[in-house]
Amino acid sequence: MSTSTTLEEPKTGTWDGGNEPLKASYGKLMMWFFLLSDAFTFGAFLIVYGLSRHSHLPYNGRPEDFQFSTEWWPIPEKVFNAFPGFHGVDLPLAFVALMTMILILSSVTMVLAVEAGHRMDKNDVQKWMLWTILFGSIFLGCQAWEWAHFITGTDEGMLLADGSRIYGANMTMNQYGPPLFANLFFFITGFHGTHVFTGVILLIMAFINTVNGVYHKRGHYEMVEKVGLYWHFVDLVWVFVFTFFYLI
Amino acid sequence: MAAHSDHSNDFHQAGEIPKAQTKVIWKTFFILVALTAVEFLFAFTMDAGTLRNAIFIILTIFKAFYIVAEFMHLKHETKALIWAILIPMALIIWLMVALISEGSYYFDSVRNYFN
Repeated sequence: MSTSTTLEEPKTGTWDGGNEPLKASYGKLMMWFFLLSDAFTFGAFLIVYGLSRHSHLPYNGRPEDFQFSTEWWPIPEKVFNAFPGFHGVDLPLAFVALMTMILILSSVTMVLAVEAGHRMDKNDVQKWMLWTILFGSIFLGCQAWEWAHFITGTDEGMLLADGSRIYGANMTMNQYGPPLFANLFFFITGFHGTHVFTGVILLIMAFINTVNGVYHKRGHYEMVEKVGLYWHFVDLVWVFVFTFFYLI
Repeated sequence: MAAHSDHSNDFHQAGEIPKAQTKVIWKTFFILVALTAVEFLFAFTMDAGTLRNAIFIILTIFKAFYIVAEFMHLKHETKALIWAILIPMALIIWLMVALISEGSYYFDSVRNYFN
């Protein structure tokens, strides 16, 4: 048996260790994988919406003659047609259009804050984060109004077979259609709203740190980037909620 | 902070801040707004149906692409990270196909119970 050993050439491939194969920091990677798991949660919610819709009778009449009934799934345009300050005016999807614009705009100000962080421009980071917090809060306010309106209901309500009327929606009754429609509305938009709320809290925390110069001393604004990833994800989810809940 | 020692843009010592590069950001924003506007156009001018739903879903996937690729910067990450995020999403497609057809089956069996 030979006692001499031959030195192996050190491996330098991407996956041989000693480097960062994904070229992203630990925190950023974990944020990505958290968002992936969150995408599954939201995906499951929206797919259950699809399942419920397919297992209910669709409305087959003309859209102009549409009436709320627990028999069939409602047309979203006929449910979400209210706008603050325009009581009784039929403005289909106008308010949700406004909410969508606000959220897309907040995504833009967020990415501008991240860009400013790359340049170590503390003032710009502060400015754009404040805009993002503002738009996020306005979106939450809009959602609160939308919930309040959904729960209160319309002036006419829904006429029941025994001649009585029900107004608005809760977990057991729903003037707009099958109770499941209201339940899914509360769960999906509520879960998304919780995410927006969490995002605003994270943004405020990162904003305070920015103002105190924590990131500047650290030498990088990666925390703003990570919060930004989360914030864009919330916007991304809204794009899907908007399509599957309000448009289709 | 060895992991971040490669940050080539540490200007805080020099006190010099480079100009903002925001062209791509605003371009992405206008694409997203335009796609949303097209969605509303279809919502108000076209009758509901499978074709309209397909258009909505395609436009939504375009919007999702721009948000993830540009805003979340995934397009500019390494290939391994891009696939690590995208491949698991195939499970969502599976769940979608499985549960939507389950819903249709449930509807058919309840409606045609006595036939």
